[in-house]
Amino acid sequence: MFFYNLRLARMSLMKQPGLTALMVAAIGIGVGACMTIVTYVYALSSDPIPDKSEELFAVRLDSWNPDEPYWDNKPEEAPEQLTHRDAMALLESTIPTRHAAMRKAVYTVVPDSEDVAPFLNIARMTGRDFFEMFQVPFLYGGSWDESADANAESVVVLGRETNEKLFGDTNSVGETVLLGTERFTVVGVIDAWQPAVLFYDMNNGETNPVEDIFVPFTISDRREIAGAGNTNCWKDEQIDTYWDLLQSECVIVQFWAELETPQQKAEYQAWLDNYTEGQKALGRFERPTNNRLSTVTEWMKVNDVASNEVLVVMWVGFLFLAACLVNTIGLILARFIAKAPVIGLRRALGASKGAIFRQHLLEVALVGVVGGALGLVLSRLGVMGVRRMLSDADRLTGMNLDLLFMTFGIAVLSAILAGLYPTWRVCQMAPAGYLKTQ
Amino acid sequence: MLDMQDISRVYRTDLVETHALRGLNLSVDAGEFVAVTGPSGSGKTTFLNIAGLLESATDGRYLLDGVDVNTLNDNQRSRIRNEKIGFIFQSFNLIPDLNIFDNVDVPLRYRGFGGKERRQRIEKALEQVGLAARMKHLPSQLSGGQQQRAAIARALAGNPGFLLADEPTGNLDSLMARQVMDLLEEINANGTTIVMVTHDPELARRAHRNVQLLDGQLASPDLFARPAAADDVDLQPVA
Ligand SMILES: Nc1ncnc2c1ncn2[C@@H]1O[C@H](COP(=O)(O)OP(=O)(O)O)[C@@H](O)[C@H]1O
Ligand SMILES: [Mg+2]
Repeated sequence: MFFYNLRLARMSLMKQPGLTALMVAAIGIGVGACMTIVTYVYALSSDPIPDKSEELFAVRLDSWNPDEPYWDNKPEEAPEQLTHRDAMALLESTIPTRHAAMRKAVYTVVPDSEDVAPFLNIARMTGRDFFEMFQVPFLYGGSWDESADANAESVVVLGRETNEKLFGDTNSVGETVLLGTERFTVVGVIDAWQPAVLFYDMNNGETNPVEDIFVPFTISDRREIAGAGNTNCWKDEQIDTYWDLLQSECVIVQFWAELETPQQKAEYQAWLDNYTEGQKALGRFERPTNNRLSTVTEWMKVNDVASNEVLVVMWVGFLFLAACLVNTIGLILARFIAKAPVIGLRRALGASKGAIFRQHLLEVALVGVVGGALGLVLSRLGVMGVRRMLSDADRLTGMNLDLLFMTFGIAVLSAILAGLYPTWRVCQMAPAGYLKTQ
Repeated sequence: MLDMQDISRVYRTDLVETHALRGLNLSVDAGEFVAVTGPSGSGKTTFLNIAGLLESATDGRYLLDGVDVNTLNDNQRSRIRNEKIGFIFQSFNLIPDLNIFDNVDVPLRYRGFGGKERRQRIEKALEQVGLAARMKHLPSQLSGGQQQRAAIARALAGNPGFLLADEPTGNLDSLMARQVMDLLEEINANGTTIVMVTHDPELARRAHRNVQLLDGQLASPDLFARPAAADDVDLQPVA
């Protein structure tokens, strides 16, 4: 009976292609708009590093102003960044499995080839652990070694794009590249890598692309580097030079630690508290001790990545879908009422209400499937548009399988929902109603 | 087979009440061929619809094969329509998008027969009405007489015990009407009970028994009743 009904549904839909197209369009547009928003919210709220997100911790110390908290709306939270000196001090701890201080910087890349003009590139100064900690895939080579961190050696890991610009599509490990006035040796090239949310540095823009140049963080401790991230200060200090900044109470460094067990985490927490106690003795950390370790997902929540505004937009999307559905109900109703004679005939020939119900529900479900396909295309276009509007980042790489099924699910469900009332109506018609008018 | 006692049917709208049937009493035995005549608006179609479980009486008792149809729910009524009753309508009521084969297939689908059995029944029914060669034609590609024969094949394919025909020849010219009538007689001869509404007295005379409706009642009960006679043939044709 299913295939019989499927055949009837197909015939019926093909018979009035205009009306069918309208219904498909109503569902497709509604679902498309809705899923564009859902995809966006989903990307923002899904775990960007699911294998490890519970073992990676954003480390924060409350070194802020004793007179007021760092966050107006979350007074219990610590600042999102550390001072340079505290970051350097935390690197001394041997408790975390891995850890990395990091800062955003900007470099002028001066290609050796005359053909390529020098260009500015955003860089990340960080530790060798960064790559393994965040599961960054390498195309060539790998991270630098410990001595490079310890001695602030001029080594660099390039992103795929910059490597292509400078060296073509070749393995550049061992080659050198001029960054500003300093020559760096390439030790690795990372493959395409773009977490949906730039979770390790949301403070500088959660929608930003991953940097394309990585150099040891310790370089920022030895040489003057043009920082490119947020600098937040509270203390009335004299800051004239780069070195003043490094010694100041301004928070400029993100810090991450990998802690695999609760014991390790507790131990590290104690170590941090002990560290800030020591600093209090030096007149710093005047606020109550508030050293925080937040997992990736906790940290995303603190940063309001999927904020209420975004959720409101999502509801607007669903409302739009509902409006499209109301239209669809009208279209389906008109269509089914026009079919009343044949429905009456089928009833007379022995079709039960249930059989008629199933036949017509399948017809609207079919509209839902086709509408879902259209919705899928539209939401892909929508996602591309949103991406272009919000930033040039490639972070909304699009839909995964979940969202694909969800699109079809919502489309079919919407169509069935829209078809429920019209279908019920035609089932209520007396079988003789039409036959008698002859 | 069919036993109606004091059947009434009232149609109520906001303004008017129409008494389509007023206390109709009628029985039809298995194997009979009954013709129902009467002026337009006398309640013939209403009677036939109630007999075929397409609608319900407002009042009265209707036993079909000994079962009080008032006790049946909608599903059971659908099932009886499907299995026991064949319908033939004045305007054929074939589904225009389906070819003749698929039209005859409709009641068999709801019966739940397998593909092979359906095919056999459809072919047999179409052969019986002389349309085996037209299975793949759409209704619009057939003449009126052929369409009505296809509708009869549809009514026959499920082997119903009971055939209800509402002016089956009303839309046909006299030659085609006669062919359809021949077919109905043949079907009746094979044991199917037939109740046929007509206002063609010639055709009515070919039935075993005539019943006339007037204003929703029997005009004069079984006035024209007479045994089925072999000499029927002599009575026609009349231009
Ligand atoms: N669904 C209906 N609603 C209102 N009145 C109806 C309906 N069906 C039939 N009638 C009325 O009932 C009477 C009998 O109709 P019908 O059974 O169709 O007569 P016939 O078939 O003998 O011409 C007529 O007056 C007709 O107008
Ligand atoms: Mg009538």
